[in-house]
Amino acid sequence: MSFLPNSDDDIRSMCNEIGVNSVEDLFVDIPSTVKNPDIQLPSPLSEQEAMHSLLRIANTNKRVCSLVGGGIYHHYVPAVVDHLSSRSEFYTAYTPYQPEVSQGTLAAIFEFQTYMCRLTGMDIANASMYDGATALAEAVLMAVRTTRKNNVLCSAAVHPHYRQVLATYAWASDISLQIVPYKNGATDYNELSHIINDTVACVVVQSPNFFGVIEDIEKVAHIAHEHKALCIATFTEAMSLGLLKSPGECGADIACGEGQSFGNYPANGGPLLGILACKKEFMRTIPGRLIGKTVDEDGRECYVMTLQTREQHIRRERATSNICTNEGLCALRATIYLGLVGNRLVEIARTNHTAASYCLEQLVNLGYERVFDASFFNEFVIKINNAKDVQNKLMDNGFALGIPLETYYPELSDCLLVTATECTTKDDIDTLVKLLQTI
Amino acid sequence: MSNIPENLKYTKTHEWIDVQDDYTGICGITDHAQEMLTDIVFVELPEVGIEVKSGEQVAVVESVKAVSDVYAPVSGRIVEVNKTLEDSPDLLNSDPYGKGWIFKIDIKDKHELDELMDAAQYAEHVASGE
Amino acid sequence: MVSTMQTIFSLHKQGRNKYTVPQFGAENYDPIPQHLCRGELNLADVSEVDVVRHYRKLSSLNFGVDNGMYPLGSCTMKYNPKINDAVASLPQFTQQHPATIEELSQGSLHIMYSLQEMLCAITGMKQFTLMPAAGAHGELTSVMIIKKYFETKGEKRNIILIPDSAHGTNPASVAMCGFTVKEIPSNSDGDVDIDALRAAMDDNVAAMMLTCPNTLGLFDRNIMTIADILHSNGALFYCDGANLNAIVGKVRPADLGFDIMHVNLHKTFSTPHGGGGPGSGPIGVVEKLTPFMPVPVIAKKDNQFYLDYERPQSIGRVHSYYGNFLVMLRAYTYILMLGASGLKQVAEHAVVNANYLRVKLQKHFNLPYTRICMHEFVINDEGMPNGITTNEIAKRLLDYGFHAPTVYFPLIVHGAMMIEPTETEHRDTLDAFVDTMIAIKNEANTNPEVLKAAPHTTPVRKVDAVLAARKPVLKWEE
Repeated sequence: MSFLPNSDDDIRSMCNEIGVNSVEDLFVDIPSTVKNPDIQLPSPLSEQEAMHSLLRIANTNKRVCSLVGGGIYHHYVPAVVDHLSSRSEFYTAYTPYQPEVSQGTLAAIFEFQTYMCRLTGMDIANASMYDGATALAEAVLMAVRTTRKNNVLCSAAVHPHYRQVLATYAWASDISLQIVPYKNGATDYNELSHIINDTVACVVVQSPNFFGVIEDIEKVAHIAHEHKALCIATFTEAMSLGLLKSPGECGADIACGEGQSFGNYPANGGPLLGILACKKEFMRTIPGRLIGKTVDEDGRECYVMTLQTREQHIRRERATSNICTNEGLCALRATIYLGLVGNRLVEIARTNHTAASYCLEQLVNLGYERVFDASFFNEFVIKINNAKDVQNKLMDNGFALGIPLETYYPELSDCLLVTATECTTKDDIDTLVKLLQTI
Repeated sequence: MSNIPENLKYTKTHEWIDVQDDYTGICGITDHAQEMLTDIVFVELPEVGIEVKSGEQVAVVESVKAVSDVYAPVSGRIVEVNKTLEDSPDLLNSDPYGKGWIFKIDIKDKHELDELMDAAQYAEHVASGE
Repeated sequence: MVSTMQTIFSLHKQGRNKYTVPQFGAENYDPIPQHLCRGELNLADVSEVDVVRHYRKLSSLNFGVDNGMYPLGSCTMKYNPKINDAVASLPQFTQQHPATIEELSQGSLHIMYSLQEMLCAITGMKQFTLMPAAGAHGELTSVMIIKKYFETKGEKRNIILIPDSAHGTNPASVAMCGFTVKEIPSNSDGDVDIDALRAAMDDNVAAMMLTCPNTLGLFDRNIMTIADILHSNGALFYCDGANLNAIVGKVRPADLGFDIMHVNLHKTFSTPHGGGGPGSGPIGVVEKLTPFMPVPVIAKKDNQFYLDYERPQSIGRVHSYYGNFLVMLRAYTYILMLGASGLKQVAEHAVVNANYLRVKLQKHFNLPYTRICMHEFVINDEGMPNGITTNEIAKRLLDYGFHAPTVYFPLIVHGAMMIEPTETEHRDTLDAFVDTMIAIKNEANTNPEVLKAAPHTTPVRKVDAVLAARKPVLKWEE
């Protein structure tokens, strides 16, 4: 298959005009000892053959009824989202460096920024980061830059992958990272009060946390501020923002996390949608792109990338971050999704909680242990004896029941993180219960 | 043709200093500098009370297309900063030697002033295109 | 005349939103305590038809590759094959959760593993990771690997050399890892100044980062000498693979002496730019750097694919999961269709197209480097009549239905305009572009005012960027 519109004749005649005898002459600067190597790739295919081949591979992915979350969530993506985001003026466009021909992208991202501010309770949100984990890492770098302090405290109840990414970034930039233990499924706030001191740049808490538990962000913010540290509230389930008190309302300085739940597919973990939002005093240290409102020379309201001098293409080694390409199309999808569901988002969020509560009640009735008593949104931890065996048997019957926690938290053996969303029906759960009764 | 007042002293990096009788100096960036930067959108002011060395970066000036460091013309302590620049960074463009002053410094060693350029020398420096 | 560009928020009206949420079918068990809940949500309530018309209208204000030629230098705005998107929409892929057990995700693992192998074959590198979500992310990950390599060796090196023509993400990535940037000048031919490089070389230098071909669109003729200088001092050689489209299939970066590189799937491998992402910036390394690659590594044993976490010297995770999978899927499909011969032709056609434009435009515009270029070349506004600037030329091109090339980059050429046609434009389009540029040059002579006031026919005219920076308004308010 080829997407080269020029014919051999075209190429020959163009070479003539250029003044070379052959195409090879244009590659004269490549050392001859290594030019034109024999590259081992499968033989080329037509589009039809390629699709056939991809379908065969696709079908080795098996679908089951999934009560799996833990950072990525199954939510319903309305048809309008695919339909509008696949308009090629949106997805084949580049970064909006020429605002006069990019108002579509710019206006949509301005709307995205607005939605993120409203949902997180913050003053400023950027145009997106790669994912929730790198958004957290950049939020921490931002806090370190702003406070000029080098110590970071992070709750053990923050998603393990996020903590790992944070650890990598912290090691790279020579930042000291300390983990605050959890207790009863939430951050041990007492322990936090004891550990924290005035050398701490920021405290990171996740809510709902990795165990699904809703944390007391207000308390963490209070403790952090007493020591002139920033409070960073992170989240993996953006849907929770539709129902729970926002990080901004709770006194957090920076809110960051994963927006995949809004209009984007689980898609084996990518592309995702990092969200980063903050109070207005951090406007000049927030990394990433910012879209601002302005006017054109005829007085028309329009949008433009602004405060770009903080970014890599101008500030270079003094930039707030190296980020260039972000997750523009995913942000567009989230924006369209939020435009479509509007304030019904509350209902969707509530349905998530209802489904999870019903699921938990049924599992407890079967005799399994609810591990943490605290309030949760749409995920909870349940203890099942010989959990691995049970999971395998369920898998054979088309059910994926949660994520085992042992690899991340060795003390939580036989514990599973179970998730339900608005896509989990009552029938699904009742069928699961019947299955469990037979195991 | 940029404006270069006679009574001021200048650095190679396009800062000016107006030395007062009590050996404090009012400092800012020159007309030439603001012209090169074009519309200034933000000024990051230094912290009051800090000690700086001659040539040390003390402030940052941002325009739409560039970011420029502002350096201390002499060593000393920053005693005052021009807070009006926070809301009106455009003063640096419209009145770089007057309302667009950036900071006041308590000069540590008056001999450092001898190393600075006078108006004529600075005019030459600008003309040479450095 | 002030007209308001509508946002979705200005379309809000009570009662319009009829979105239906399915009922769960059971009472709200164990409701969340009120004090943990938010007050009223204030999103926009509109009808579905409003949403569709609003975003359809917004899309019409955009210019994408499907609208016309997009000669943005260093961005490789080639045609995005639609088959890629069809594959990336298959529910077997989109609905798959990344925490699904390996036995049930062999399809996704197969794609990732195979793409890694393909990129190794294309670049000559020993191992690839697909985890970085963008080129800059790949650069950052690479600098982390370089850091870890020297840390493990017990060598304290804290300088990274970068040419003065480098893309801004290079020094930014370096600084994020605590290294200091040392700039190496380019000589008048556009190659790295070898003497300056030798002078800058010492035991403190960890690596050099070089875009290949460079950001002037030129293939550095001393590339193997540069590699030698670095290697004989124990330093590493990093390739910024943004410009791979010029040499894909023609030479493997590992064969030129590079130890580590990133590629941009959304440039060379045809995945769409999305208006600012998602992209994907996989990185490849030579054997000695493989222990430091991020986890997990996609591996294969006995015909089964699995995730390898047993990597004690790894720099750790750099993404919450495996990277931008749906982007990888598109690149995989593309490489599968083209094969080695197809990729080679991509580079050949891209380079022919660029040189064709170069020789046609050099009669009318200043060309700082006149030698054979690769897939892109730089002109500037030197000698333009009536003081017309690169920016003004760029804005006028918009009126003629072309997207502007990259402007004011690289910084070493004053008033640079970097033009990259890519291989998916045919000769007629290139001729039309040349004719347009000549017409603009004529306008510069005879009617400079129309250039200074450009663009005229775009949805909005020149925007006030100063106002946006002085008084930032970053969200919609009533």
